[in-house]
Amino acid sequence: MQSSSDFLIFDKVTKVFESPDGGTVTALDNFSLNVADGEFVTVVGPSGCGKSTLLNLVVGLDKPSSGQILINGKPAWQQLLNIGYVTQEDNLYPWRTLRENVEFPLEIRGMAKSERRKRSEELLQRVGLAGFENRYAHQLSGGMRQRGNIVRALSFDPGLIIMDEPFGPLDAQTRIVLQQQLLDLWLQDKKTVIFITHDLQEAIALGDRVVVMTARPGRIRSVYDIKLSRPRDLHHLHDDPEFRTALSDLWDELADEVSAANAMGR
Amino acid sequence: MLDAGKSEQQIKSAAKGKRAFDTTLIWQLAILVVLLGSWEILSGRLFDSFWVSKPSLIIGYIYNWVVNGDFFRHLNATMTEIIVGYSIGAALGLALGLPIGRMEKTAKILDPFLLALNGIPRVALAPLFVIWFGIGITPKIVLVFTLVFFVVFYNSYAGVRSVERRYVDLAWVMGARSFSLFTKVILPAAMPYIILGLKLSIPYAVIGAIIGEFIASSEGLGHKIQLETSVYNTTGTMGGIVVLMILVVFLNSLLAWIERRALAWRPPSRSGDAGGQGL
Repeated sequence: MQSSSDFLIFDKVTKVFESPDGGTVTALDNFSLNVADGEFVTVVGPSGCGKSTLLNLVVGLDKPSSGQILINGKPAWQQLLNIGYVTQEDNLYPWRTLRENVEFPLEIRGMAKSERRKRSEELLQRVGLAGFENRYAHQLSGGMRQRGNIVRALSFDPGLIIMDEPFGPLDAQTRIVLQQQLLDLWLQDKKTVIFITHDLQEAIALGDRVVVMTARPGRIRSVYDIKLSRPRDLHHLHDDPEFRTALSDLWDELADEVSAANAMGR
Repeated sequence: MLDAGKSEQQIKSAAKGKRAFDTTLIWQLAILVVLLGSWEILSGRLFDSFWVSKPSLIIGYIYNWVVNGDFFRHLNATMTEIIVGYSIGAALGLALGLPIGRMEKTAKILDPFLLALNGIPRVALAPLFVIWFGIGITPKIVLVFTLVFFVVFYNSYAGVRSVERRYVDLAWVMGARSFSLFTKVILPAAMPYIILGLKLSIPYAVIGAIIGEFIASSEGLGHKIQLETSVYNTTGTMGGIVVLMILVVFLNSLLAWIERRALAWRPPSRSGDAGGQGL
């Protein structure tokens, strides 16, 4: 459904890489998706399906071979300052304190120091990191670091937030706490979120829609509407019949692709 | 609760670190006393003190040299050579190493030249510098410069090359471009290497100055050491060497002090006393 009100549009995005042996590998093939303003879209797929390639294209670290990515009707690469990016790895700068990390994008944007301070304090407060502002990354737990990563991406109030398996390396308990916190943050501001994960339960628990990608080349296999009401209580979601139905439907689809990916030797 | 547990543990380990430091110091002092003590006692009994001197004589020599002699004239000459040569070498090493680390093509082109230049044993150049620059402090400064420059250059170059791609990419996505990218990400990330280069080159600077003075000079600690050696005064020779040793230790601790401030963010496993930060 093409509609002009869509905030983020992937229009037949294709990315072809040259492989070292001289051939080509299609990482992403005709990826088309429309995302409404304020929508939370999760993307799942087998490893090597081009999820990370997709994100690199959105944040301008790479260019599509063909097709385009539009934000508010204009090319995404012209509006990079409007995109917050949360990576999978723990990417807090070790030479900066937690506060200085959160203020990094604001410094780049030339915000006054007192204003920066106010903003970082408010954000750190919201995710329960007040009192840890002056710690360096190695003095924080994994969950705290990832919360720092997330608020850093939110600090400059971007319209679009890109998250690449942000909770991947965390233990199950910390994960669910952070997922809940993310949903609460998102409900306050209603930013558009593209959230990549390989965890199907996470994809369903967080998203308005779940995009299932095929094994390489990465295409959209299906897009699934999650009809769970908001706000969601992640601790008790597993008992919800809607959650169970979605999980079983999506698992069937994903399982096909995972076995296809394994058959390709990945 | 988890966090409280963590900081408690940190405080404990920090306290343990402090205790460990204290016994370290005691051990170090014990070793020093045993070494100097046996030297003092055995010299004149087991060995002829004409050849090996002894600590009490050396201390006496240095005292006399400082109070009655020409100590400060020599120290002044050597320090001038070291400080001027080191400053120019370090400044130029940084000024070239940091940007070239970001320029892949330039680095590739220059690589064989730098490797060849750095491969020259600098001591072999010292007589040439005397021909070019005379026997004043200039040839020593040049020698110190050539030694310091490459160490600082290579370390800052390697530092910039070692900056993880993900840090740079992320900063770029967050809006950092050339200048802010360099000052806010690349420079701090490369800082451990830069400081290492500045630290490693200190002994080289001292070696350069002393070798230069050995070749041809009219003053300096190296000149003095050579003078004493030529008249078989082992006490005087060792006195000069002890002064040099103290000089290197002093310069190193100066840089260690700078390092502690510049790299306070590093985890304690890599930098001894960074652990106290933020507790």
